[in-house]
Formats: sequence, structure tokens, C-alpha cells
Amino acid sequence: MLVQQYYQNERFVPDKEMDACGLFGVMHTGGVRFGGQMAIDAIKNMKVRGSGLGGGFAIYGLYPKYKDHYALHIIYQDKNMAAKKVVEAFLKKHFYVVFDEEIPTNPDIHLFAPPLAWRYFVAPQKGSAEENIPDDEYVISKVMHLNSHIDDAYVFSSGKDVGVFKGVGFPEEIADYFMLDKLYEGYIWTVHSRFPTNTPGWWGGAHPLSILDWTVVHNGEISSYGSNRRFLEMHNYYCTLHTDTEVLAYAVDLLMRRQELPIEVVAKIFAPPMWEAIRQMNDNDKELYTALRMTYAPLLMNGPFTVIVAHHNEMIGLTDRIRLRPITAGAKGDLVFLSSEEAAIRAVCPDLELAWTPPGGEPVVVRLNTRDHLQSLNKSI
Amino acid sequence: MNGFNVKFGYRDNFLDNLQPIDILYKTRVNIDGCRATINALGLKHKELNDLLRETVQRGSKELVINNVFGQRYIGTRLYLPSEDKLYIEVNKFPGNDLGTFLNGHRIVVQGNAQDGVGNTMDSGEIIVHGRAGDVTAMSMRGGKIFIRDNVGYRTAIHMKEYRDKVPVLVVGGTAQDFLGEYMAGGMVLLLGLNLQEGEPHRAHYIGTGMHGGVIYLRGYVSEHQLGKEVGVRPLDDQDKENIDCYVREYCNHFGGNPEEILNGSFQKLVPVSLRPYGQIYAY
Amino acid sequence: MQSYLLSEFIVERREDRCIHCRVCERQCANEVHLYDAELDRFFSSEKDCVGCQRCVTLCPTDALYVRPRLEDYRPNSSWTRDKMQNLKKQAATGGVVLTGSGNDKPFRVYWDHLLLNASQVTNPSIDPLREPMELQTFLGRKPDTLKIEFSDGKAKLGSELYPNVMLQIPLVFSAMSLGAISYPAFKSLAMAAKEAGVLFNTGEGGLPVEMRDEYADCAIVQCASGRFGVDLDYLNCARIIEIKIGQGAKPGIGGHLPGEKVSDYIAQTRMIPRGTDALSPAPQHDIYSIEDLSMLIYALKEATNYTKPVSVKIAAVHNVAAIASGIVRAGADIVAIDGIRGGTGAAPLATRDNVGIPMELALASVDKRLRDEGIRNKCSVIAAGGIRSSADAIKAIALGADAVYIGTAALVAMGCTLCQKCYTGKCNWGICTQNPFLTKRLNPELTSQRLLNLLRGWGHEIQEMLGGLGVNAIESLRANREHLRGVGLEEWELNVLGVKGAGE
Repeated sequence: MLVQQYYQNERFVPDKEMDACGLFGVMHTGGVRFGGQMAIDAIKNMKVRGSGLGGGFAIYGLYPKYKDHYALHIIYQDKNMAAKKVVEAFLKKHFYVVFDEEIPTNPDIHLFAPPLAWRYFVAPQKGSAEENIPDDEYVISKVMHLNSHIDDAYVFSSGKDVGVFKGVGFPEEIADYFMLDKLYEGYIWTVHSRFPTNTPGWWGGAHPLSILDWTVVHNGEISSYGSNRRFLEMHNYYCTLHTDTEVLAYAVDLLMRRQELPIEVVAKIFAPPMWEAIRQMNDNDKELYTALRMTYAPLLMNGPFTVIVAHHNEMIGLTDRIRLRPITAGAKGDLVFLSSEEAAIRAVCPDLELAWTPPGGEPVVVRLNTRDHLQSLNKSI
Repeated sequence: MNGFNVKFGYRDNFLDNLQPIDILYKTRVNIDGCRATINALGLKHKELNDLLRETVQRGSKELVINNVFGQRYIGTRLYLPSEDKLYIEVNKFPGNDLGTFLNGHRIVVQGNAQDGVGNTMDSGEIIVHGRAGDVTAMSMRGGKIFIRDNVGYRTAIHMKEYRDKVPVLVVGGTAQDFLGEYMAGGMVLLLGLNLQEGEPHRAHYIGTGMHGGVIYLRGYVSEHQLGKEVGVRPLDDQDKENIDCYVREYCNHFGGNPEEILNGSFQKLVPVSLRPYGQIYAY
Repeated sequence: MQSYLLSEFIVERREDRCIHCRVCERQCANEVHLYDAELDRFFSSEKDCVGCQRCVTLCPTDALYVRPRLEDYRPNSSWTRDKMQNLKKQAATGGVVLTGSGNDKPFRVYWDHLLLNASQVTNPSIDPLREPMELQTFLGRKPDTLKIEFSDGKAKLGSELYPNVMLQIPLVFSAMSLGAISYPAFKSLAMAAKEAGVLFNTGEGGLPVEMRDEYADCAIVQCASGRFGVDLDYLNCARIIEIKIGQGAKPGIGGHLPGEKVSDYIAQTRMIPRGTDALSPAPQHDIYSIEDLSMLIYALKEATNYTKPVSVKIAAVHNVAAIASGIVRAGADIVAIDGIRGGTGAAPLATRDNVGIPMELALASVDKRLRDEGIRNKCSVIAAGGIRSSADAIKAIALGADAVYIGTAALVAMGCTLCQKCYTGKCNWGICTQNPFLTKRLNPELTSQRLLNLLRGWGHEIQEMLGGLGVNAIESLRANREHLRGVGLEEWELNVLGVKGAGE
């Protein structure tokens, strides 16, 4: 419905929200799963970067028992049971649902207008006409359908072995509400504290934003949002969550999953070098970067941003090309941290071994079983 | 919107649930003569600064703050009628806007500092035994800042000077882009001590829009790293004297051999015009 | 390079009236009037005339007429005269076309499409000349509720209030910095504000130290991107501190006070060296995001020991309602919104005429948004930009403003004729110039009296209109859109303004 409305009249495309925020991410590069205490404490340390209007966590390695199934986290606004019925009928038709349950919450924590949160572990059940569609593509199209066609139902996350928990409140309250520190473990935790300028009371607008196993937490405002959004619509991504971070999530999906570009290149699409810098490059790079900027001009993410993008086995931190938003990376043993403020890392890991700040547009790529994150070190301060 | 008859309303992220000052003072401060040791663990920004002010008003002249993790504005609220200048030691990781609007006090940080060190600082001294983040010494008008290691983006942006107030920023390492942007006065000394032999400084757009003051660089930068508004000039005797003086002061704070540092090659960057944008308008 | 420009004005001298007193010659800093003693005759250099009417006003025999010269090119609705003139100016210089004062393009002025209500029969109108009519207004954050303690049957206030500042009339002089305007003009504003019990705004040029004892108590001081003159004395002496993010006349861009205007005195107040350009960057470089704004707001509160309200001034732009909400959540006590018709001492013409939105619409949507979110009491809203009369002011208050900023109206009261040449530094009225020969034309004693008269006149008019509405306190009109009706507006405009059409 939202999607059709867009085409009827661009005048009624909802205003995007502008978020400014605190970010934190931590990954164990050995793949060891750990609890949420570090993420919770770190984001709490940066409380004033949020305004209590949204917080959320993405956790990887979350559901080892169901790691081959897509885990759908779906919320029903206003606990709308009619919406739940429609969704479940839809799921039944298009998926095998192997297990489902209400996501447990702590009844002692009172948040603003909590929806009903449910999780479904599913496998695709394709019709004969859909047999050739790859699983991921299939799931995305069904998730897009749910988000845009069923009122009061929103899919928070849809990847395998990953889940997003988010809502309206300070992030530590969200953690308490979903009892994240007690119930869950993962090898990547990313977390977001939100300071939006729009629509309080909207759980879907909180971060992380997610598509399949990709999650994005974002700080800043994407001034090029309109251009980015209209380009992504051309590729069948429709922004329904009224937040500029959404375009980042979809752009990552388009470039990394569908077009199979490596993150090092994708970073240079989002935050390309200045033409002045390209002029200084050798011929090979000059050609490459000129081609990237020409081809992907509509995906230049302009304006201030820091993002932490994660998917299985990988966590990436990136800022805009003139670093209008902060990021600090840190490492101790196999643990690698990304954070809006260094002090938050220090607060949860006092014996940190390394702390560094990459230049604008230079990604910090943290990969499982590698030391790739150290590549950004020698360009950093 | 939510089925309840309430609005989301307002959550005060800075001022909610603050602990009263007398309780903080009782539980967090140890007094030893004119020296106060303060435990900042878990304190909110305002709580810590309330505590600092209270402690000073009760007569302490030296503040040692332990377990600092990200608390902002340390030193800002210590603008008091007394002429006494304080000594403030921060262990270890102060938050943003350390010493903003600082007025004469001396702050020593035993760790890394974050963004906005010495923002619009008027006088005093900040010494960081570590690195500092973005916009260090922004709009600084007087006093001195010493950073042992590197600094982030937009360091010394719009630094000024005024009569006898000439701010000085000395950085032991290198800087990121837009160093000295819009700089209108004062002195920046960038030593590049942690760069490899022949490795250029990291910053691009150095001194873009600069229209006053001077930047001394030890080590190498290429032409394209410089902003259009600066020119490279040879050092004169006064410059050498400046560099000599502040390198020695740097070594006093952080150790190192001044002679060795002074042996490196220094460049001087100055604005080519006091009026960089005088010609862009049609009258 | 020759500019091919045509003169903007025709200067006519009625020789039968002219007594050759040469006042016009002495008064014109643009050197339009030249007296040739040998021929005993005046010549005029029309191309230099800016139409400020100084000579016309001061001519003792009414011998001079200065009229715009509008019709020399072939009429063309698309390629208008000013478009062609600007092209020629740029072709000759390659520069950015500058201008001064507010947007003069025919965008709809919503004030002229809003009408006020009055009492008839069902409730009595009130006569303000004989009955109390209260305009007193508080600027600052208000608590959600109050704690009241009872002891011995007596109620006593138990909660601490946020810092608030009282205005006798809900009018405040807009930010005009010393440097942009002359010292006598600046001082006149301060004197009038003090006398009338309102506030003036220093802009970002600092507040001269010797004025602080007497006038700091009625000063709003700005902390803007240039941080000129900002130190702890400056912040702590004022009543309100304003963070200037944007200006209605030039949203999104900074300012350059050219070095030749930075005299000793200006340099001292701004705390910069004499003769250097005072560059105000476009953004504040410690604010790239809403949580950074929060950081500066609390830095200023820390710097002043939480004793002053902090205001944030933004230009009215597309997402202004969302931005205002963010500003309030960031901790601001006052939000000032400057609309597209706000004035300036210098701005690129392209920006002044094309960027931003009208303040009426912005104000209405900001007020609505803050109420929708339940946070309107957390801040005061000041509307700025193109308030021309007491009627505009009272309509702004009915739309939701707590107070209004008046800038251009105050300048006109001082003598300004909106010639839009503020950026040349040759203001013949002595307002927007640093030339001592020109600034001495303005006597603060007399000029402040004019400003005071303006405030008094508006105050009386507001009281009359309030009385007519049947209310005797300004707060009963605030955000009371029931007392407004629109005429000649389209459906969407009425929706944004949140007012009914006339007769509805």
C-alpha cells in the first residue's frame, strides 16, 4: 500500500527521519559467542548521544539450534491480533514454519507502547513458478510484501542465526525488556542509541535496520536520501520505515549480496574519494575510481554518517568521506570494537590493546578468523 | 498513535536522576590538604562537574579525578570569582569538550582524549598523555594545548589570537584532514614523531581558508595536501626560536630528546592573504 | 572591466527649489551629488545612487526626487530588469552577487491572508486604556508540573524552576552584530530594550565590555560559528545565550565580515586582530548532528552553571518541525525560527531569494509538532523574519509563538529605507557602516527614543487587539488559532497553518 502510494504521488512520501546517535559494535573474530553485557554497558556510557526515543541490538550467532532456518522477528503494533492472523496465514502459504513463539519480555520493564513481538523460524515453501528464485531473493520479496502490505506488522529481521531486538526507549531499557543479557549470546553484537527528530513511539524506526542477515546501525543524516531512495526503487527496494538508514541497508544488500562487490569497494561507493584525490592516483586506480563514481553516483551517501554494517562473519565500520561523524576502533585479543566514543570501549574493556580512528571513507573491516581490521590501522591515527 | 492516552513526551538524557551534590561529595571525594581525589566511576556529566565545582568551592586547588570514562566538559564549570588557577588531573579517558571555554586552569590527562579538546578555550593549559580526537583546539583564543600523539580531523579549526593571547597547539604525532582550516591566528606545531622516515603527514586540505597564524610542520607533506590559501615559507630566526621553545616544552611533558626532534626538517605554513575571500563577491 | 549596468535610480533636482545648500552632497557617501562651484551647479552621478532617500529626506526645500528607474529595457516577464542587471554585474566581475536586508520577492505574505477575531455580544471586549491588559511573557523551559508543599495550611512552592527571562512586551530585537551595524545603532537597540523591559540580541559580534554593566541584563548573546568574542565573561554576563545555527536570509551559509570593517573597536569586541576578515563558517564545526547540538547546549549550560536559558536559532527550512523537535530534545530552552523574509547585512542574492520557507508556515508546523509530541512546554518559541507591524506580531503569537524578533522593523525605525546595500559599508543613515563620518549621524539618545516609541506603539496596538478579542492576558491568545481565519488561501495552506477559512 505504501509502495503504491509512492507511485501515485511523490508528494505523500513520508518525510524521512534524521537520526543522530551513539553506535557500538563488538565482535569476537574467533567466532566465540558471548553475552550482551559489554554492548549494553558501552551504549549506556554514551547515554547522552540518544534521547530515549529508540534503541536496538543486532546479535549474530543467536540461534545455533535453528541456524539453517530464516529467523523472522515480527512485531505487531498495538498488539494487533488481526494483523498477526493475516501474517501467519501468509507465512503458512509461503514458508514451512518449523517453530514459533512470542519473544520473551520482562513484564517488570515498562516501555512506551510495546508491540507484540513474535519470532518464526521458517524455510521457504516455493510455488512451482518460484522454484528458480534463490532462497534469499525469495525471502526478501516476501518480507517486503509483509512490510508494505500488512498494516501494523513489521519484520524487524529475517536472516539466519541472527536477530534484531529494538524499540522505543534507551537501549539499556530495550535490553532489559528483552532480557538480552540473560537469554542470549552471539559473536557479534551491534547496538544503537537513537536521537531522532521525528515520530516518537514508532518501534520500526529504531535501529538496527535489517534485511536478511544484513544489519545497519547509523549515526547522522543522509542528505542525499532522496536521490538514493529513488535509485533503489528502480531496483525494487521500497523504503517503508521512514528513516534514512533504510537506504543504507538496501544499498548494502544490492551491492554486496546481489552484485557481489566486496566491502572495500562498496565503502568507496558510499564514501568515494574526492575528484581531487582521484587526480593524484596512478592510472589504474584513476580508471577504477572514476568508473565507480560514474556508475554508482546515485549511491554516494552524502552528508554526515557513521555506520556499522554487519552480516555473518563480518562487521564493518565506515564514516562519510570528510568524517563528519566520529568512530573509534579498538582491539584486544580476538575482540574488536567499533564505537562512537573511545571512552565507551574503555569503559567495558579497560585493558584495551589498540585504539585507532580511520580517516573518512576508510572502512574498518572485521572478519571472522582474520586480522583484516588491522589493515585500516596504518592509515589511521 | 499508541492506544494509550499519553504522549511519549520528553526523556531528559542529561539531567534525569541526578544524585544530590552533598551525597556525591560525601561518597566520592577524598581530601588531602588542598588536594582532592575524586572517584568519577559511573557519574553523569553534570554530576561530575557539580562535584568539581563543589570541591573547588570548598577550597581544593588540586583535583585528581579517577575512573573517568567519557564524562564531558571537565574544567568548564570552574569559572569562579577566585583568581586561583587549578590543577586538574584526569585518569584516564575524558569525554568530549574537555576544557571547553577553559579559563586559566591546567588540565593533565593520563590517557586519550576525545573530540573537542579545548573548544573555544580562552586561557590555561591542557596536556594529553595520549591522542585527541576531532576539532581539537577549535576556535581556541589563548592558552596552550600539548597532545603527545595524534589528533583527528579539523584540528585547530578557526583558531584565533587576540592581543597578547596567542594560542599554541603542539601535537607530537600527525593529524587528519583539514588541519588549521579557517585558522585566523595562533600557532600549531605538528611534530610527526610517529611517522616513518619519508612518510608524509596524513592530513589533506591543510590550512584551507587560513587567514592568520602559523603552522609549523616537522616532516614531509606534498603540495597537494595543502589548501589553496597557504604558502610554504622558509623559517626565520623567530620561527626557529618558537619551535625550539615548544619542542623543549613538549619534551618536558612527555620525555624525548629535544635535540633529535629539532634536527628534523621543519616547514612553515602561513596564509597567503589576510582576506582569502575578498575577491569572490560582485558588489 | 566596464559593467554595462544601467543606473537603478533617477535623481531629479527641481532647480527652482534648490538653494545650493549642499546638504545632499555632504550626506551622500556614494557621491551621487557633485557641486561644481565654478558653474554654481549640481551634477548627479546616477549610477552610484542606491535610492536610500537620505538626501531627499534631508533636503530643506524638498528639491530632490529619487525614483527607481524601472522601464528602460524592453519589458519581459521572464528576463526581468534585475535578472539582466545581475548577469551584467557578474559578467564584469565573476563574483557572487551580494545583497542586503530581507527577501524582496513576491512570495505570499501569509500575515496578509490571516484575519483576527473580535468579541461581539457573546463576550465583552475589554478596554485596555482603563482595564489591565497584560503582555508580560516568560521565555524559557517550563516544568510539567509543580510540587506544592503545604504547611500550616499554607501552600509553598516545592520545586525548582528552570531559568526563565521575563519580557514586558513579547517583542525582542533580532540579532544584529556590532560590526554588521554601527556602534550607535547597536547601542540604541540596547538602550531601548533596557528602557522597555525587553531584550536585544548582540548577534555574533560580541558585547563591548564597557556596555556590560548597564546592558548585559537585557542582552541575548550569541554563540555562533565564528565564536567571536565568546568567553566565560561574555556568556555569564548575559540573560540568554543563543546558539546561532542559521539565519532566515541565508540558511546554510556563513558570513564574512570583510577586513576593512574590522576596526580597532570591532576587533576588540570580537577578540580578533584588526583588519583580518572575520569569517563565520557555515556550520559550527563542533555541531554536525543533533547530538552535537546537545553537546554545545550543555557546554553553555555548564559554562554558566545552569543559570541561563539557552536558545537555538534556526532558519525556517523544509524539515523545520522535525528539527525543532530535535532541538528541544537536545536541551534547548528556546527555539527561534527565522523565516525566509528575515534580514541580513550581507548575503548572496541567490541564497537570500531562493532558500528557506516562509516563517508563518514554519511556525505553525513547529508549534503543532511540539504539541503532538507533548513537549511544547519544554521550550519557548520565538518567531523571526518579516514581522512588519504589531498585527503581524499578534498573529504570530496566535499561531503559536511566545514572542517575536523584530529586526528590519527596528532598522526602519532608525531610519533605514531598505535600499539593500548594507554590504557596501556606505550606509548614509549611519546604521550599517563603520565609517565614523557616517555613524555619527546616529545619536543613540534620539535613536533609542524612536525604537522605544515603536515598542510602545506596538504594545498599545497589541493591547487594543487583545482587548477586542476579549482577553486580558497575552497567554490567552498564544497558540489560540481559533482567533485566526484565512482568506485567499488554498486548502493545503490552511492545513499547514491550522486555521479555518473565513466564515467557516
